[in-house]
Amino acid sequence: METYTLIVLLLAATIRVATPLLLAAIAGLFSERSGVIALGLEGMMLGAAFTSAAVAAVSGSAWLGLVAGIVTAVALALLLAFACVTHRGNQVVAGMAVNIMVAGLGPSLALAWFNLGGQTPQLEGVGQRFLALHWPGAEAARSVPLPGLLYAELLSGHNLLVYFAAALVPISAWVLFRTRFGLRLRAVGENPSAVDTAGISVTRLRYQAVLISGALCGVAGTYLSTAASSGFVRDMTAGKGYLALAALIFGKWKPYPTLGACLLFAFTDALATRLQGVALPLVGVIPVQFILALPYVLTVLLLAGFVGTAVAPKAIGVPYAKEK
Amino acid sequence: MSPPAKLPRWAELGLLPAINLLAALLLSGVIINLIGESPWAALKLMADGAFGSQESVGYTLYYATNFIFTGLAVSVAYHAGLFNIGGDGQAYIGGLGTGLVCLWLGAWPFWAVLPLAVLAGAVFGAAWAFIPAYLQARRGSHIVITTIMFNFIASALMTWLLVNILIKPGQQSPESREFAPNATLPGLHTLLGKIGIPFTSTPLNLAFLFALAAGALVWVLVWRTRWGYALRVAGQNSAAAVYAGIRPSRITIQAMLLSGALAGLLGLNELMGSQHRILLDFPAGAGFVGIAVALMGRNHPVGIFFAAVLFGALMQGGSQLSFDMPRVNRDMVVVIQGLVILFCGALENVFRGPLATLLARFGDRKDAP
Repeated sequence: METYTLIVLLLAATIRVATPLLLAAIAGLFSERSGVIALGLEGMMLGAAFTSAAVAAVSGSAWLGLVAGIVTAVALALLLAFACVTHRGNQVVAGMAVNIMVAGLGPSLALAWFNLGGQTPQLEGVGQRFLALHWPGAEAARSVPLPGLLYAELLSGHNLLVYFAAALVPISAWVLFRTRFGLRLRAVGENPSAVDTAGISVTRLRYQAVLISGALCGVAGTYLSTAASSGFVRDMTAGKGYLALAALIFGKWKPYPTLGACLLFAFTDALATRLQGVALPLVGVIPVQFILALPYVLTVLLLAGFVGTAVAPKAIGVPYAKEK
Repeated sequence: MSPPAKLPRWAELGLLPAINLLAALLLSGVIINLIGESPWAALKLMADGAFGSQESVGYTLYYATNFIFTGLAVSVAYHAGLFNIGGDGQAYIGGLGTGLVCLWLGAWPFWAVLPLAVLAGAVFGAAWAFIPAYLQARRGSHIVITTIMFNFIASALMTWLLVNILIKPGQQSPESREFAPNATLPGLHTLLGKIGIPFTSTPLNLAFLFALAAGALVWVLVWRTRWGYALRVAGQNSAAAVYAGIRPSRITIQAMLLSGALAGLLGLNELMGSQHRILLDFPAGAGFVGIAVALMGRNHPVGIFFAAVLFGALMQGGSQLSFDMPRVNRDMVVVIQGLVILFCGALENVFRGPLATLLARFGDRKDAP
């Protein structure tokens, strides 16, 4: 029973950690499927985390915060698209530039506006945060041994953005693989000149893809600062944008496998927290750093072709130049 | 849209980077204005903080030393057509090599420790770059992604080493014990003092001269040797390289080894020259600044030197700024770095077209009889 509770709690923690990863990874999925490297996920998320917390603190509404977060991330996405698609700049450099710029800009503006040493004020008021929703009967069900706990901890008890992230997987799978827009988007990432020949604008499609990725990063960032914690702190994404990119690659640029990768990576994270200093039978204490490095090691192994194969969209990273 | 416009060499190497830098600084000024401080006063404070006294010049060049190493690292990979984002991880692991030599061989004379420390830094850094390089060359794994992953792996590895193994017994913070005096680099003020030039004591040390030497070495290797020619051919057109009898996959590995080795030398300056111990996160993002430095310096050692000094000045001037302007913190330096990367790298084509048109019109008038 004790072990069972422990496992359920571990899985619940996994869901909480996986949510921003999943949102960012699906964001990256749209961008990369259209042929634009998604290296700016980290920066777009961080930017959204800052403005959503700032707006939520000032206005008292988490929903306004969400809007602000999405607007910020979309604005950054627009900048990326302007650099990478319109001016055919280097996509890796553009992504790094946004990541570095935002890493400095968030704390700078926070200091100037709130004077709290680079943080936003604590979100304490009612409605300033996205709080856990408790499904009907969750508290009562907790006393029912096995399925009750599962219901109370895994299905119920998360905030709205978690459910949004979960719904996003089938939605994005449908959009990418069952709609005309999705077909075109994937085509533009594989063979842009063919799309161009068919009379469809490569630039327009790539802009749309990058802007969608911005909007989703906006939700991911808002989750970090107004749902998972109560306010913005410096570097609060802590590499989650890069981890999401790894999950996207580990998921072979497909929605459901990407969900699996996010859950796996989040599980290692939750496990690392849980196993800190705990001696396991046979192996003893596993250093927490090794567990935390596992997602990166797994991704490298996958890229190396030791764990299946990952085939990137063919035109990824290549700016498209229309022939005259 | 037409392909990027061609510019005359002087404009490509001098005018365009200057315009891009100016745009980045202008936007930084707008942000400082937004924050409620005067951009002009901020610029004056930064310039004074970076170059106003011997002490500030010393600090500026000390920061620049790190950026010369990482900037050269990025540029060597770039000439081979590779994007090495792993400079931070390579510097971290390279510094471990240098640090271990300094810890273990503290009893040896300085002149024996120094070459071994340099060698260990280079070898460790190169080794950390080798795996992504091998995977790119032989298995086609995207080197940008693998080097990012290796940054995180390096960070985890170093945290584990420092927290569990290298930590000085009986100490709370994860740092190694201090290096023996034999195993530290002399400050430049000591060396200058010996030849009769007085200089204020700063962290600027012998590693600065190593950085300059590394720049000269890169110049010779890339532009004056057969290998450098092969490197550049492979970087610009790997298909042509194959016809010329060059093996691009081999060049990929060799270029990344050199790149990792250069980044690995950061520990000379940061650990052996200044901190005198191994500590957490000592590269502090220098690998990423190296990207900006290489971009600004047009991947040429001379350009990289000036760009590194510029970024060193930003670091040093930025700390002055955060002292004197209460509404500005050190993060502003990071903003400016990001904007420089944005304008000099990602948006470099924005001003290229108009500039080319302008210069062409100007040139036509001169050529006319």
